[in-house]
Formats: sequence, structure tokens, C-alpha cells
Amino acid sequence: MSLDAKIPSGPLAQKWDRYKSDMKVVNPANKRKFEVIVVGTGLAGASAAASLAELGYQVKAFCFQDTPRRAHSIAAQGGINAAKNYQNDGDSVFRLFYDTIKGGDFRAREANVFRLAQVSASIIDQCVAQGVPFAREYGGTLTNRSFGGAQVSRTFYARGQTGQQLLLGAYQAMCRQISLGNIRMFPRTEMLDLVVVDGAARGIVVRNLVTGEISLHSADAVVLATGGYANVFFLSTNAIGCNVTATCRAYKKGAFFANPCYTQIHPTCIPVSGDYQAKLTLMSESLRNDGRVWVPKRKEDCSREPGAIPEPDRDYYLERKYPSYGNLAPRDISSRAAKEVCDEGRGVGPGGRGVYLDFSNAIQRLGEDAIRDRYGNLFEMYERITGENAYRQPMRIYPAAHYAMGGTWVDYGLMSTLPGLFVVGEANFSDHGANRLGASGLMQGLGDGYFILPYTIGHYFASTKPVKIPMSHAEFKKVEEDVRQFTRRLLSINGKRTATSFHKELGRLMWENCGMARTRQSLETNLKRIPELREEFWKNVKVTGSGEELNQNLEHAGRVADFLEFAELLCLDALHREESCGGHFRVEHQTEDGEAKRDDANFAYVAAWEFKGLDRKPELHKEPLVFEEAKMATRSYK
Amino acid sequence: MNLTLKIWRQKNAASPGCFETHEARDVSPDMSFLEMLDMVNERLVAGGQEPFVFDSDCREGICGTCSLVINGIPHGSRKGTTVCQLHMRRFQDGQTITIEPWRARAFPMVKDLIVDRTAFDRIMLAGGFISVNTGNAPEANALPVSKEIADLAMDAAACIGCGACVAVCKNASAMLFVAAKVSHLNYLPQGKAEKDRRVKNMVAQMDKEGFGNCTVTGSCEAVCPKEISLDFIAKMNRDYAVALVKGELKKSAAGGVG
Repeated sequence: MSLDAKIPSGPLAQKWDRYKSDMKVVNPANKRKFEVIVVGTGLAGASAAASLAELGYQVKAFCFQDTPRRAHSIAAQGGINAAKNYQNDGDSVFRLFYDTIKGGDFRAREANVFRLAQVSASIIDQCVAQGVPFAREYGGTLTNRSFGGAQVSRTFYARGQTGQQLLLGAYQAMCRQISLGNIRMFPRTEMLDLVVVDGAARGIVVRNLVTGEISLHSADAVVLATGGYANVFFLSTNAIGCNVTATCRAYKKGAFFANPCYTQIHPTCIPVSGDYQAKLTLMSESLRNDGRVWVPKRKEDCSREPGAIPEPDRDYYLERKYPSYGNLAPRDISSRAAKEVCDEGRGVGPGGRGVYLDFSNAIQRLGEDAIRDRYGNLFEMYERITGENAYRQPMRIYPAAHYAMGGTWVDYGLMSTLPGLFVVGEANFSDHGANRLGASGLMQGLGDGYFILPYTIGHYFASTKPVKIPMSHAEFKKVEEDVRQFTRRLLSINGKRTATSFHKELGRLMWENCGMARTRQSLETNLKRIPELREEFWKNVKVTGSGEELNQNLEHAGRVADFLEFAELLCLDALHREESCGGHFRVEHQTEDGEAKRDDANFAYVAAWEFKGLDRKPELHKEPLVFEEAKMATRSYK
Repeated sequence: MNLTLKIWRQKNAASPGCFETHEARDVSPDMSFLEMLDMVNERLVAGGQEPFVFDSDCREGICGTCSLVINGIPHGSRKGTTVCQLHMRRFQDGQTITIEPWRARAFPMVKDLIVDRTAFDRIMLAGGFISVNTGNAPEANALPVSKEIADLAMDAAACIGCGACVAVCKNASAMLFVAAKVSHLNYLPQGKAEKDRRVKNMVAQMDKEGFGNCTVTGSCEAVCPKEISLDFIAKMNRDYAVALVKGELKKSAAGGVG
């Protein structure tokens, strides 16, 4: 099968307009004849469901949470980028496009990124009209802040709760469509498989998480908006329920999975405090504006009180290694540097996996009140979790898995290699390349849902002949039986280990061997260990209760089973990509001074993997990345 | 530290529930409350017993999923904190802790510590939105909103919809939640066109769901993890009164000719 991204021809700046002029449309009276399933109700899913329903399509939306308003987009703090140029500082669609493609280390598809920058301004208009209470100036206009990876102020924000407010906007738009009868909402319902008939996506199989009932849903198109897979590391900044199940099952049904090895590790998170820990909490990167990162020079000092360690015995390693960027070095670089010093045995705090983020200089210089003004809420959050007062002693921070740039491969119209299966938001691979910039994730989710999918899905409907597949079709019955069998199997093993213990072990393998730094050897270790662990899981997992009730133990076991399959693909992709780029750092491929070394001659492509069976290696398909406007350059932060 | 937990166990809405006593041994003070419960559950599963089900998701205090009453207080005793952000160092070795679900008629029992809060969604369906289709929006800066108003709307919009206000209220009233939702949209000029019908419809739905009346005891504000102010209830009452006084505008014959 060939990989055709279907990128419109013509100059970059005209591609989206050309697509819109050339695309076919469904006439208003016919729209109601098309049914669309949307799985996931974060920014991408909620905005897509609402917009499609407004157009007149019949929408069914599904989420595993008790209400669509709780999806994990809600936790995004910082903001959303848009090329509005309200600050008159020279921002433009092209600049936002270039920053994003450069931030992604030239591993994203140029046409998609440009389109994202183009629709960014409309996103802000839409959100304001919905009542999103963005921060404003006294004159009543919207205000902006600057954010990592950009030299202009283009980030819109609503206190530290931008994700929540944007999600409420999209959720409220959904509420309106639900009340009008255009969306049927299925909360506490998890998609467990995709139904493919004659090569096209035709429906899904879901489990009602309260009653355990398995049911079938058919549609003319299925939209996956199911988020990222950072929980493959067990510990991450994702929510407890975030999982890879939907995209993993779609992959096994024929949707290629692209660039799974591109995972983002965020440098400023609260370190792990013990084995019981269930998730990690992110602290805004803005802290690095005034905090200085250090560890003791000598291992022996690591257990001493930080205040008792004199200046000459401290190693401000970011300032030492990257004199011009210092403590503000980009996410991937700062994360790796923290890992290195901890690997040397100079980490601080429980388990030696932490570095200090010290505000004492800033407090001396500016006074405690000034620091409280800037970061009061973050210091409070830190105190709540660690019990420590960061005005008196340095914070301890450590990197944590945060975001997945990789995802289901989609063409320019956001359709996967399976006709009728669309994938939006973090769940697809398309816009962030090998590294995502801050405040770009919200932009992409809403861009896909509000302004891209509503056009491209119509084009798909108008250019294919509608085929109604009855749910009595044998394939529906077969997939339903597969799902039932999967559940029965999990419940029947009755082994000795809990699903959580497998998830933790997998997470440790992934973090140690496929986290911030990867080597051929570490990846080969994982490729040997993961299948063994999976085998043990299917022999020795213990799941209590039954399938006919609310059973969180069963839900988690099913998700872990999918992570155990997906993790192998992630490692395989990381092994094949013999270069370092963005969030993917291969120790073998670095410059003399330890920086990531890209190999544009051999790896300037999207790696899309085709499932060939559990015991067979997936087949690699390459989509070459062609840069017409952006010039590939090396990032340097020295 | 070691603790004695009295945890609510209930198979479903149709069966009666009761407290079960469990010992939680070797609890680290650095654990969050939910991590302590995770540990208890892990030990139950390992021993072949049914774990307790409870709701949680983001575990950073923003999604509003977690919903436990701890020693009689929704989200526990720390002010402005959801239970997922409550840590065990707030408790003492040897302490007995009771853990219960939200209790309110409008939040039917699902299982153990989980209740059904979809009544909140239905209140939102009644009018908790601004009717603007995608693509229909004017330029974002076309309509200035004063900083004071934007900040007030944001204060109201900070509500995470957890339902602690209902769980703590002796009347199981949802006034703080509904007031926060109404105020968020009614303060903004964008929400003005539907201001009256919004407040009337949302209040009507609230009553229909079986939430109790507000007697302004202020317990909702006291336990709200986002510290939403009672002032919004006053604002909603004002908006409601105005809407009633105005009455229904006479509907004109269907417009739009040809």
C-alpha cells in the first residue's frame, strides 16, 4: 500500500485555500443522512463533535469520563498560540508556521503546519464568542504572553487554566447540540474496537463502564480524538485514564501508526517520591525564568541540606553547559542534562532522581513578594504536594513524560490509511514533528476539530458512495465477539500479579531504556523484555470481579494489555530511527559536545508502521518530508 | 504511618451499603490520599478481594472527577484543595478515617464511592452555553470586555463541576454550581443575548433534578476546591428576578421570508 498524503499542489500559502475550493461538499439536506462517531471529548473531539453537529451531521460522541467536560485537555495550563499579531511585534502566519516546524526539529509535514498557523486566528475568535474568559487589558482587548520557542508574544491564556476554559467552551458548544438532539452523548463508555468492513471504518464496539454492557455502533465515519500515549511510561503528567487503546486497536485493524518514538519529556515536574506514586505533576516552565538549576558537585554532598552546601561545591550545570541560554535551554536539552547528572550519582532527594531549582538568588535580588507575585500559585502547589516551602529551600524537579507527538498516520484531510477513519488532536501524528512547542497542543486540537475536520469529512462523504452497512453484518458480530472474548480472557486468568504491577514494570522499562536517552542496546533489551512481560501478563494477571458491572480493575487491565503491545512498536521505531531529533535522542547520534545530531539525508521522513500480526514485524512505510518554504537548519542553544 | 479506614461499600443503587473497615499499613506521609487508596486497593486485588471503586482522573486538582467525603467533609479538611491534592502528611499515625461518596438525591449511587453527577450536564444542556456556531464568530477584539468583567467571569468559570457544594449542603442544593455557570456567561457581553432565558431554564432544570433549595449557610463556598464565591448566587438571584419581571417577550410570527 502506498502512502499518499494528498497534499494539494501549489505554493504553500495557497494549499488550504485550494483544497477548500476544490473539495466536494454535501448539500445541507443530505448532511443529516450521514452519521459520525466521535471517540473522545477533549479539545479535538468536543470541537469536532459540536462543529459537525452544527453542520447537520448526526453525531454520536463517546468518552470514558463521567462527563465530556473532564477530558485531560483540561489540565493544560499555559496557553494557546495564534498568529493574531495583536502585539504589533511582527508575528505572522509564516512566523508561527516556521517556529512550529523548527521547534519540531523539521520532522513535521510542512503543509499541515502551515494550515494550522492559518486557522489559529479563527480559533481565538471562536473561543471568545463562546465566552472563554481570556485574560484582557484594561482597555478591554485581549492580552498575550510570550512562551518557549518563540520571539513574539502570541500566547492567549486564561489564568493558569487555559485548557480548562477552552474545553468548557467546546463542551458548552456540545451541550447546545446535545440539547438540540444533534449529538447523542455516551459518557462512561469506552471504545474497545473498530469495525472495518470492506476496507473502510464502519463502526465501533464499546463497553458501558457502569453496566459492562458491550454494544455496537455503526456510522459513515469514525473520528478518533483519544489523546496521546504518554502513560506507556506509567508515570507521566497524563491523567490516570489516558490510554492508547483506541489508536492501538485501529492500528491492528489497518490504520498505520506514525512516529511512535517521538515522545516529549517535560523538564520541570515534581520528582517521584515513592513507589506508590500514580502520576507526576508538571510545574510551569516559566519557573526557570527566575530559578537556577543545580546539583552538588560531589556525590557525598547529595544527602546534605542544600543550604549547607557552599557555592563553590554546587554545579549549575545548565549555565555551565549552555552559557547563552542557561536555565532557559529548551525542554529536551534540559531534560537530558538533568538525567545525566542524576546518572552520575549527583541527583538529590528520594532515590537520587531530582535536581534543585533554586530561587534564593532571585529572592535576594527582587524580594520574596516579587517572587510570590509571579509564582505564588506554583509555590503553593509545590508545597501541597511535597510539604516543602520553596521560599526557604530550593524546589526539587525532575523530567517526566508529558506528550506524544507520534500518533495515527493521517493524510492532509486528517484521514488515516483506513477510509472513513479520521484522527484528530494529540491522537494523530501530524503537526508537531519530533518535538512540540508550548501552547501549540491546544491550538492543534481545536484547529483540527473546529476548522479542518468539518471540511475534510464532508469532502470524504461527497466523494464516496454512501454504503449503509447493517449492524447485523457478520463483521460487526465478529468484532463484538472478539471484544467479549478479550474481556473473558482477562477475567479467566486469575494469576498472581495485578495489572498495575505490570504497568509499573513496563513503565520502568520504557523510562530507563526508551526515555530521554536511547541506545541500540537499551532498545534491544526492551524489544526482548516487552514480549516476555506481555506473555507473563497473559498468564499471570489477576483481575477481580466480573465484566457485567463497574470494574475499574478490568478497565485498567485492558488498557495495560494494549500498552504492552504498543510499547514494542514504540521501541522498534526508536531503534530504526538512527538519528537524534527533538524528543528522540539516540546516544549514538550526537555531536562532540553532546547535542542531538539529525540525519536529514536518511531520515527526513515520517515512519508509518503497518501492523502485520502480533508475532510479525510491522512493515515500515516512508512518507518523505519535503520542505518547500522552511529551510532545514540545526538547532543550537549554546 | 498506620491508619484505620472506614470505607463505604455499596454494590449498586439497588442494594444497601455499609462501612467496611480496613487497615492501611505503612502509609508514607508523602502519598496523596488517592495514592493511599490505590495502595489499599492493590493489596485487596492481590489478596483476591474486590477493590473499592472511586472516581479520579487528572489528579492535579482541575478535572473535577475525584469526589470523596473524608471525615464528613467533601474533599477533606484542607481549604481550596481537591481530594487528589490532599496528602497524607495532613493525617496522624493511628487515625481512623471515614471515606464516603457524595450523598445527594440528585446524585444517584453508582457503586461504592462513585455517584452519578450527570444532573450537572443536564443543567448545562438547559442553557449553559452561548449559541454561536463554529465559523460564526466576529473578530476577537471587535467587542471589548473590561478587565474587571473578564476577571469576574473567570472567577466564576473556575468551577470544576465536582459537586462538593452539593455534597456538603444540608439541602443538597446546587446553587453554587449553577450560579457559577450562569454568572460566567451572563457577565460577558457575548452571553447577554441569552441572559434571561439562560438563567430561567438552568434554574428550572436544577429544580427538576431534585436539588434542594438554598438557605445561604455558606458551607458550599467553604468546601469549594476553587473557592467560588457566594456572591455569584446573589448575582444569579438578581438575574433570575430581572428575567421574571421582564417576562416572556411576545414571539413574533416566524420571520425570514423566501
